[in-house]
Amino acid sequence: MASKLPRPVIPTFVALLILGGWEWFVRSGRVSEVLFPAPSHVLAWFWESLLSGELLEATWVTMRRLIVGFAIGAALGVPLGALCARVRWVRDTLGVLALGLQTLPSVCWVPLALLWFGIREEAVLFVVVMGTLWAVVLAVQESVLNVPPLYLRAAQTMGSNGWHLWSRVIFPAALPGVLSGMKQGWAFAWRSLMAAEIFVVIIGGFGLGSLLNAGRELLRMDQVMGVMAVVMIVGLLADLIFFSPIEGWLRRSRGLER
Amino acid sequence: MGNRSATSPANAALTLRNVTKRFDGASGRVTALEDITLDVREGEFLAIVGPSGCGKSTLLSLLAGLEHTDEGSIRLGEQPVEAPGRDRLVMFQQDALFPWLNVLENVLFGLRLKPDLTEAERLESARYYLNLVGLGNKEKARPHELSGGMRQRVALARSLAPNPRVLLMDEPFSALDALTREQLYGDIQEIFTKRKKTIVLVTHNIREAVCLGDRVVLFSPNPGRVQQVFDVNLPRPRRMNDPALAALASEVTAALSSHLAK
Repeated sequence: MASKLPRPVIPTFVALLILGGWEWFVRSGRVSEVLFPAPSHVLAWFWESLLSGELLEATWVTMRRLIVGFAIGAALGVPLGALCARVRWVRDTLGVLALGLQTLPSVCWVPLALLWFGIREEAVLFVVVMGTLWAVVLAVQESVLNVPPLYLRAAQTMGSNGWHLWSRVIFPAALPGVLSGMKQGWAFAWRSLMAAEIFVVIIGGFGLGSLLNAGRELLRMDQVMGVMAVVMIVGLLADLIFFSPIEGWLRRSRGLER
Repeated sequence: MGNRSATSPANAALTLRNVTKRFDGASGRVTALEDITLDVREGEFLAIVGPSGCGKSTLLSLLAGLEHTDEGSIRLGEQPVEAPGRDRLVMFQQDALFPWLNVLENVLFGLRLKPDLTEAERLESARYYLNLVGLGNKEKARPHELSGGMRQRVALARSLAPNPRVLLMDEPFSALDALTREQLYGDIQEIFTKRKKTIVLVTHNIREAVCLGDRVVLFSPNPGRVQQVFDVNLPRPRRMNDPALAALASEVTAALSSHLAK
């Protein structure tokens, strides 16, 4: 029976059931609507802030920070990771440092960033860069070290070396690993940015994290939950629109999956 | 032709003199090759055969310039061999095709490293060699879309296209099934006869060595040494099931077992 239904039917049904139950539960007066708003209230906030432009502006501010911070982190991380893979003593120093710093939750950079840069855009960017950089360095180092030696031998006998070997063999061979490192770096950047925005409210740059924190201060739980949902959706979309297609194409073109 | 072991380097493409190579292994110093003196003549198909551990693959790496001798010298013509170079291309046991390039781009890889060619000449040459190995219609395919035999054919085209002085083959047929292998033996002999290329083949398959080589050099293990050199004076193209070839192969096998029994 169930197998005859199209696949999205059951998830949609379950989702509606949960939302309906939630709505009913809140409206029945068993909990405070202030602390636990009904889905309809969250949706109402969403619609309202979408119309006022507040939500789109906050999303734009956040996305701009994320993209700029991620780009800086990746642009620094790729050459540093390659250097770690290439030079033994860099790997033993910077590589080990990266390993240590990567385990540090990026929110831990916030106090330092505030002291160094003040309550400014740079502080937020710094936290995002720190969140991205080490994951990218480690992923690039790992994937360059894992390039099959056979490719290098084959290329070298054909006269490839130096920059040619790097750009035409090592980097293309390491690309799938580098890309998953970027994806991981993106996830870290996204988390660190939210942490930074909740802590650092910059005049003229009101991002999603700031909006979330403002919701807490105004005791508007519909806003808090609404922003949480938007943060989730943005994260999902980045993966669906950007990373997954590139990764899928890369894997298919190399026959890594059937 | 006279005495083979003392060929004058005048007509030799590769000259090996007293080559010794050692490795530091877990159980101490291991001598992989000891005192190898050998000449590969211009336009000759030389097959090096021996059991595993006889250092034959090490020898090929030395010829390719991917590793260095501890003692002795290797020269290509008059040039000492010190580093990898386009004049000595290698076909490896695995095809080593780059998965991010299609078939044509793989063949073009080595050609693009030759600065004296125009792009049109490179394309023409790549297509010529792809046709030669019978894969002219596969130039847009990705390596993973091809069978093992086809991939090894592309690898052959890739090694031949830059027109190296010497082609080095490191057991390139060992990962293929028997039927595909036989086909490739035919292809290689045809190309060898047509192009008059100097080829050094390393293999553990004695029949394969006898089928392909003008001379078969038998290596003995621990440490790797030249045990005996056999001339193969059979007409080409040779076939694996030719009785004369089988007879010569068993002669080589007998020489090998008599040495191992010692």
